[in-house]
Amino acid sequence: MYRMNVLCCAGTGCSASNSAQIVENLQEALKKYDIDSEVKVVKTGCFGLCQKGPIVAIYPDKVYYCHVKPEDAERIVSEHLYKGRVVKDLELSDEDLETKEKIYDIDKIKFYEKQQRIALRNCGKINPEDITEYIAMDGYQALGKVLTEMTPQQVIDEMKKSGLRGRGGAGFPTGLKWQFEKDQPGEDKYVICNADEGDPGAFMDRSILEGDPHAILEGMAIMAYAVGAHQGYIYIRAEYPIAVHRLEIAIEQAKEYGLLGKDIFGSGFDFDLELRLGAGAFVCGEETALISSIEGKRGMPNPKPPFPAVSGVWKRPTSINNVETLANVAQIIYKGADWYASIGTEKSKGTKVFALGGKIKNTGLVEIPMGTTLREIIYEIGGGCPNNKAFKAVQTGGPSGGCLTEKELDTPIDYDNLVAAGSMMGSGGMIVLDEDNCMVDVARFYLEFIVEESCGKCTPCRVGTKRLLEMLTKICNGEGTMEMLDEMEKLCYEIKDTALCGLGQTAPNPILSTLNHFRDEYIAHIVDKKCPAGVCKALLTYKIDPDKCKKCSMCARNCPVNAITGVPGKVPYVIDTDKCIKCGTCMSNCRFGAISRG
Amino acid sequence: MKSLAELKKMREAALKKVEMREEGKDYRVVVGMATCGIAAGARPVLNRLVEETAEKDYNCVVTQTGCIGMCVYEPIVEVYGKDGSHTTYVHMTPEKAVKVLEQHIGKGEVVDEYTVDAAKREA
Repeated sequence: MYRMNVLCCAGTGCSASNSAQIVENLQEALKKYDIDSEVKVVKTGCFGLCQKGPIVAIYPDKVYYCHVKPEDAERIVSEHLYKGRVVKDLELSDEDLETKEKIYDIDKIKFYEKQQRIALRNCGKINPEDITEYIAMDGYQALGKVLTEMTPQQVIDEMKKSGLRGRGGAGFPTGLKWQFEKDQPGEDKYVICNADEGDPGAFMDRSILEGDPHAILEGMAIMAYAVGAHQGYIYIRAEYPIAVHRLEIAIEQAKEYGLLGKDIFGSGFDFDLELRLGAGAFVCGEETALISSIEGKRGMPNPKPPFPAVSGVWKRPTSINNVETLANVAQIIYKGADWYASIGTEKSKGTKVFALGGKIKNTGLVEIPMGTTLREIIYEIGGGCPNNKAFKAVQTGGPSGGCLTEKELDTPIDYDNLVAAGSMMGSGGMIVLDEDNCMVDVARFYLEFIVEESCGKCTPCRVGTKRLLEMLTKICNGEGTMEMLDEMEKLCYEIKDTALCGLGQTAPNPILSTLNHFRDEYIAHIVDKKCPAGVCKALLTYKIDPDKCKKCSMCARNCPVNAITGVPGKVPYVIDTDKCIKCGTCMSNCRFGAISRG
Repeated sequence: MKSLAELKKMREAALKKVEMREEGKDYRVVVGMATCGIAAGARPVLNRLVEETAEKDYNCVVTQTGCIGMCVYEPIVEVYGKDGSHTTYVHMTPEKAVKVLEQHIGKGEVVDEYTVDAAKREA
């Protein structure tokens, strides 16, 4: 019997910071101190607080160690696990997280306090490669209940009552989607889990698959029973090797335990599951393109209708749900639709996971009840912008979404409010931008992504987005005209109206939303030929104020292209703007604030 | 998996592995495991506490702490109740530990003779 559990994050983020080596060193040290039979090391999924990773958690003490390095492992074992003394300098303190209090309970730190974890409930708590740990956390209870006590229609009614909406972006009611497929005639039906997460900055699906893969398997089995399918596919990008590996293990274990396969729970219900690996094309997250890809064809979208619920994979009725949606399903069945519907706002029930990134102190994954305000997420959970920079905007919804500004910070987050504010929920990427971000440059970044990822099937998306990018690039280079703004806006609406699939239809959103909120920045680029945030290099000039220059030569010595001349102690230094590559090195090296950028 | 009952059985067996990561126990049993405690024999006490708790399903978590400064009384076991109560047992042995679990955690009665107060009265 183990007296202690040491949980080490083995998600992608912490793995990249060498958490596998930490686990190995911990095990070695435990052997050395001869307590390896008393203390168990468990590899878990993501804790959410990626900023502080790699994280090692000690239970039952509830002590969290952050930024752990492999060489710290022995200290944790010899001090804490052997002698019971907390290793203070590694301990996660609230000081890190912007309050001075010492924390005794991890759930009380600000980062976790406002969160409510349903989809992420097991992430960082269980070993994802051990089905018994999932079962211990009430896993597969919902599937058992569904198969032995409920009819498919009852399951669908429960989902409808819960108010769960698709977490992949569009927010279509899940119960309704299932009903459409169930009502289709025929026996040959399919279910698909869309794990083709592709928005820049979004990684919640990956973390769920890595941290709690059985929750997805259980959700899919419940969905299959409800709609009358016996075969499921998980479409996941090959770029997620850890998630793929854990899914393979999970499927194998579930089959071994008879939770997948023939006659599950003696109910006569058969369900089998296969993985399909995608090559990481963004468009394959669109459901019709995803279906084409599963069928072995080139991943391109098809017009709707027919909707997949009528004619999906192999031209048979198919329901496609996103990873996060499926992670909620078993919990809804197990705890009841009324419980789920009591969380959130009137039209958006439950919780939503957001991937916080960009200019924010606590980068990571957060799950909050719908109706939480952006301000609470960004300032209370996320800790605000680092280095005392001013908040400028938050980008939600990835390349399909838009930017929200200070004005919208007190908007309670739900599907409808975000759309009304000119953005969208999307899959839940949340990128915080501060005063150093140029909004024209941000729009250009997303357009570059779209141009790269457009499949080329329809002209508005293939050609239209390219024209938009050309205009944005010109503006960033100081070659824009005011007419361009109107031209761009017109083209944006044309693309929205005519593109074949969701990718193209939403592609202009980053431009429209930045034009709407930050038109003055566009105008500054075009009329004044200035980039107010100092990002667009073509519009920057560095200058040395001769009165402030102490003639110390620091700038000249650090200039990589020898663009600065002067005589130490005698002649003030001057920058040759023709040679200058605008790297900013001189400015960060000047100790007297004599160099300005404009 | 052929029935819900089978799953339930499996869940109960598996629960022991993870329950220390969950909240909701009535007592917290803390063993002093600094050098002084270990030298005085705290490790067998801790191990016995863990085994007994798992076996008999006592409503407590067993954990460890460093030196609390009364090295002369080691091995020390402290019991914290959910209600805020706090009892310190001193000069513990594996056998005494079993009795503390039985009487204190099991029945809610403090084992007076092992407490630090009793030890002080004797001295």
